[in-house]
Amino acid sequence: MNRMRPSVETTIETDAIAVERTLAGDRDAFRILVERHSRNVYRLAYRMTGNQHDAEEVVQEAFLRAYQKLSQFASRANFGTWVYRIAANYAIDRMRQKKSEDSNRALPARETEDGLEMDLMSSVPDAAPSPERLAQSGQVADQMRRALRELTPAERTAFVMRHWGGSGIDEIAEALNSSASAAKNTVFRSVQKLRKALEPFVERRGQARAMGTEL
Amino acid sequence: MKHPKEEELIAYHDGEVEGRDSIATHLRDCPECQAELARIDALLAALNSIPVPEPAEDYGRRVWQQISPRLPEKRAHWWDFLFSEPKTVGWLAPRRWVAAGAIAALVLAAFIAGRLSKPVVPGTPVAVDQSKVRERILVMAVGEHLGRSEMVLVELANSGPQIAGQKEVNISREQRRAEDLLEENRLYRQTALEQGDSALAGVLDELERVLLDVAHSPQQVTPAQLENIRQRIETRGILFKVRVVGKELQQRGESGNMPATPSSSAKSERNKA
Repeated sequence: MNRMRPSVETTIETDAIAVERTLAGDRDAFRILVERHSRNVYRLAYRMTGNQHDAEEVVQEAFLRAYQKLSQFASRANFGTWVYRIAANYAIDRMRQKKSEDSNRALPARETEDGLEMDLMSSVPDAAPSPERLAQSGQVADQMRRALRELTPAERTAFVMRHWGGSGIDEIAEALNSSASAAKNTVFRSVQKLRKALEPFVERRGQARAMGTEL
Repeated sequence: MKHPKEEELIAYHDGEVEGRDSIATHLRDCPECQAELARIDALLAALNSIPVPEPAEDYGRRVWQQISPRLPEKRAHWWDFLFSEPKTVGWLAPRRWVAAGAIAALVLAAFIAGRLSKPVVPGTPVAVDQSKVRERILVMAVGEHLGRSEMVLVELANSGPQIAGQKEVNISREQRRAEDLLEENRLYRQTALEQGDSALAGVLDELERVLLDVAHSPQQVTPAQLENIRQRIETRGILFKVRVVGKELQQRGESGNMPATPSSSAKSERNKA
């Protein structure tokens, strides 16, 4: 019998027991949920916020909110998906707030870097790089981060949930507080914007790779 | 045939089912749309290559340490303190001493509930109430204990190598919890025996053997050793028994209408388990 990894069903079952026991007053049971799902939530949060500091804050806040709202969690649901959605929802708020703070500041957001931690989204230079530099794969990666940063928070959330998290349209709609058709449109718009911004570079990299000149 | 729209091709890439067959048919004969889909595939594959720092194995534990002081109590029952994690660990406060102390407090509480009141004639309503209070305390405590034991066994039954080919699995967390539960279990088993509830004592006795197995296993076990532990749990059917008895105790605790001694139907249900 292959027992390499617990199945989704057994994870959901043990999560449901942990939720039940947390609601009955056993705080230690919530620890199991935190330890089990933190890493997955972190990956989502990092992709959404683009930096470690914000991602960690999103993870903590997501679990705090999940604990507070636990009585609203229906045991039919999957706790992993539920906390994922809470994290996405909080990350949108946080990105919107940061965006508005940044736009109110005289200095660009990247000047807040303290040198100890690299903010991947904000470390990309604004000036368009030359074609020679873009031939380097690292520059293409920077360009991709920049394009992601230019999406609206809702578009970035929709894109991350759909293409990296494998979430369904209904889950994305819940995270965005929108209808399913609006969520579908947001996913489409995000891919469309990314294509517009990145396809020339991706194609150029593909050509460079084919010619064996990629650095 | 009309070319699919860009959004339809993106949805096709995402594996959406609606209209999938007709798009697939179209793609077979349309090099233009094949190239368009290839561009979408290439872009999304390139975006996948952006690195994400992998959180450390103990990341979840660190998150718990950071958030646990900020979590409000869900329910402030007076007996919760008996089962909460000790705030300090180390030689001054070994976890098993805390567990044993908690049980001692519990037994004392049950004793006080039963004894430290003015003498009454046996059989009066007051005497019945005292007996109910005393049993209720024990029923709730044992119910909680069984719930916690169930969690450890379920966690253990579902643990396994995270990566194929991993040689050893760390079960030290489950072991620590099994050690704590072992101390509680012994005292509850003795109490059940003293009260003449042999069915409950029997289940607790079986649980004790399983907990001992877990507590005495090495911290790092091979998948084969883990499978062995798991099979011992499964062979004894202990998880099922613990669930049945735990549920029964929970119902008795919630109804608050308990006989001074367990009913014959409750006992027979446990014996079936």
